[in-house]
Amino acid sequence: MWKWLHPYANPEVSYHFCGKLQPWFFRLSFLFLAIGLVWALAYAPADYQQGDSFRIFYIHVPAAILSMGIYFAMAVAALSSLVWQLKLADASAAALAPIGAVFAAIALITGAAWGKPMWGTWWIWDARLTSELILLFLYLGVIALHNAFEDKNLAGKAAGILALVGVINLPIIHYSVEWWNTLHQGATVTKLGAPSMASSMYWPFLICFVGFSLLTGAIACQRFRTEILARNSMRPWVRNLAIAQTQGS
Amino acid sequence: MTNLAQQHLSYRAAFALVVKRDLTIALRHKDDIINPLLFFIIVVTLFPLGIGPEANTLSRIAPGIIWVAALLATLLSLDRLFKSDHADGSLEQMLLSPHPIFILVLAKIVAHWLITGLPLIIIAPLLAVLLHLHEQSYAALMLTLLLGTPVLSLLGAIGVALTVGIKKGGVLLSLLVLPLYIPVLIFATSAIDTAALSLPYSGQLAIIAALFFGSLTLAPFAVGAALKVSTN
Amino acid sequence: MQFDSFADFINMGGYGFYVWLSFGVSAILLVYLGWSSARQHKTMLTQIAQRQKREQKLRQAAAKQMQEQGLKMPEVKPIDIPEEV
Repeated sequence: MWKWLHPYANPEVSYHFCGKLQPWFFRLSFLFLAIGLVWALAYAPADYQQGDSFRIFYIHVPAAILSMGIYFAMAVAALSSLVWQLKLADASAAALAPIGAVFAAIALITGAAWGKPMWGTWWIWDARLTSELILLFLYLGVIALHNAFEDKNLAGKAAGILALVGVINLPIIHYSVEWWNTLHQGATVTKLGAPSMASSMYWPFLICFVGFSLLTGAIACQRFRTEILARNSMRPWVRNLAIAQTQGS
Repeated sequence: MTNLAQQHLSYRAAFALVVKRDLTIALRHKDDIINPLLFFIIVVTLFPLGIGPEANTLSRIAPGIIWVAALLATLLSLDRLFKSDHADGSLEQMLLSPHPIFILVLAKIVAHWLITGLPLIIIAPLLAVLLHLHEQSYAALMLTLLLGTPVLSLLGAIGVALTVGIKKGGVLLSLLVLPLYIPVLIFATSAIDTAALSLPYSGQLAIIAALFFGSLTLAPFAVGAALKVSTN
Repeated sequence: MQFDSFADFINMGGYGFYVWLSFGVSAILLVYLGWSSARQHKTMLTQIAQRQKREQKLRQAAAKQMQEQGLKMPEVKPIDIPEEV
């Protein structure tokens, strides 16, 4: 059943496969983001309570969802690399970490910019904001650990273990922060009721989300290919490719 | 002959042997025990100087200060957990030995806790006096430290194991480990705060105990895997 | 269209600063991420190519030296170890 996947365990095959996928991811993500963001900024109705500041929602929430999703994907990649010794899984985890960190940062910054007009302050020790901040710290730890090793294969393994430890801890941290928050300051923070959303707001959100996901895919492909090159730099196919590419430009 | 003798070692004997070895080494270098402790005391002393000597404020923030200082002191001492063993090659020997890594790693962590965690617990009430901690909170402080500092050692060991092969691992270690310490910090300080109000704090203690047993069973596996990567 | 004029659109019902701040920062971060990823890819390729050129030069220098001494350069064939999967 999974036999069709086997060729992609070969770095050369997946390098070229991702090279083919990448432009399509980019094009589709631009299309979706262009439609979604214009819709979100200009055509979607303003929220009856929050007014036009609600439009931050269309990047804040996709970024927050993606930052968590990417961490989870990284942990899955790290687990499969530990269990099945897949070198490419390491490479994909390494490729994903900076993207997730950027999305966590975006979620935090847009959250602050949204919080200022709504709550009257840039930062509030709200459970979600706090756990997002800690998620960013976990990302930065994974990236720093990955950069600290000279040998990229070792780096991938070490960062993978850290990502796994982090993914076990993430729910614990999230719930402890939530609990801490309700205990210390009471549930005064008005949280957004996401599911009960009008469809005129839901559709642009969905399109934006798909667009950001596709952009993640595109950048992940790019970074994944760089990681493959870094790990296989002594192989003839990489050397030939490097010569051909640098002479071509 | 030693090989043969080792094979006859039971898990318990191997565990006891590693704990004893680490304790002996630590007792020969008394600085390693005293320095984190001094750090703990000095950090706690700095807070009243920075914030002001008002008793009410201090007693309000005492649990947080003591716990954050304990966290940092543990972090400072973690470096030693595997570093010297890695430098002289005995870590590789340990990994090659026929005993499960789980046992040996756990023994090293237990030894580390006895060297660094226990003195912190003993000195903590003294510092609590300096910070005007509520009288009802002392038992909670001791209990949370008793249950919480082993978690710090266990989780910290993962970070040390990952960074032991790296030259400048010290700062990196804090970046890796501190986010993982957050739940312990939250529940421990909350238990102490609750105790100050003379309310039952068994719930928070139960959660710290759960964190303790969870990390006790899982962390040594992660440490073992990380050590294998680091020693390669 | 929710807005009557372009100025209205920029103003965002009084929240213009916050909305455009978030959109701007997000755009900058994402564009930087994409750009730096592409640049890293290119640097990686040039590095590999450069290393190869350096090795080639070294080999040529060694061959020249050997020729001067009247020795023959041993043939070096690149070996490709199959990737273990």
